[in-house]
Amino acid sequence: MIYINEDLCKGCFICVDCCPMDVYTPSKELNQKGVHLPIPEVDKCIKCQLCTLMCPDQVISIEDD
Amino acid sequence: MADHEHKFMKYLRKERLPHIFCPGCGDGIVLNTIFNAIEMSEVDFENISMVSGIGCSSRIPGYVKCDSLHTTHGRALAFATGLKTANPKQDVIVVTGDGDATSIGGNHLIHAARRNIDLTVICINNDIYGMTGGQISPTSPQGSYATTAPYGSTDKPFNIAEVAKAAGATYVAKYTTAQPIQVSQAIKAGLENKGFSFIEVVAQCPTYYGRKNKIRSPVEMIHWLKDNTISLEQAKDMTEEELEGKIITGVYINKPRKEFVEALEDISTKISDIDPDTNINRAYRSE
Repeated sequence: MIYINEDLCKGCFICVDCCPMDVYTPSKELNQKGVHLPIPEVDKCIKCQLCTLMCPDQVISIEDD
Repeated sequence: MADHEHKFMKYLRKERLPHIFCPGCGDGIVLNTIFNAIEMSEVDFENISMVSGIGCSSRIPGYVKCDSLHTTHGRALAFATGLKTANPKQDVIVVTGDGDATSIGGNHLIHAARRNIDLTVICINNDIYGMTGGQISPTSPQGSYATTAPYGSTDKPFNIAEVAKAAGATYVAKYTTAQPIQVSQAIKAGLENKGFSFIEVVAQCPTYYGRKNKIRSPVEMIHWLKDNTISLEQAKDMTEEELEGKIITGVYINKPRKEFVEALEDISTKISDIDPDTNINRAYRSE
């Protein structure tokens, strides 16, 4: 399962770019802070954990089901 | 939400988050790689102290749940030297920026490397003075724009890793934030190396470097880093013109030699009456 911490995300889209499986897509709507959050597609994820390393704001958590 | 936090959240001061770094700043990635390296190595997190100077990158120790010193501009290495000599068992990590390490604290850097003090220095090089408003730093590439260079910089930039190597550091590596796994491995090797370890991480600064040089988004900056990165092996056969503006990554040197605190202890055991293990004068010891 992929968890996104909405309070910390600043919307830089590094996760969208760095993911080798293109799991994330930016949301169309802004959240309360004015940020387009990344929307994960859990089925595509191979749990390489690259996004958790590349996320500058410690937003993403990938856990085993 | 609290149950599903980022895997490194246990090392962070949660009440201070979100941190002050701009969206897409490379400092956050380096923060992740430091924790990754600590988890990979056998170093105890409880035994770590972090020292920093002034700058964006130097805000990092403020977010980490360990003992930390936020010191004067450029003097992080001087404070860290004192910390290490006073308590040699402590693992000291110095987080510094390009301006902090090479411009304001340039002499501290070369002499700490020359003395080979057991410190792990992580230099986050974003090619510009980010916090103060985008001035040219000693590592800004030739021809790059900044608030103090509206027509492009004319000076030849430092390759900080080469400077540290030439000054006598025993472990020197250079990578970019687009290579987080290599950075983690370099920091791990630095933590385990007994001596002066210098890890330069070329990071993106979308707010100042990116905006002034027309690479505005963090993603574009990461692509720019990737496009300009070459390895040390590739750089061997290239001419100086071809190497201009390139980021040469890899392990520059890994050659341990006698460490500063060890050498001091050797001398003190030889000439002093004070036993270094018990800290008691040998004359007072009951036989």
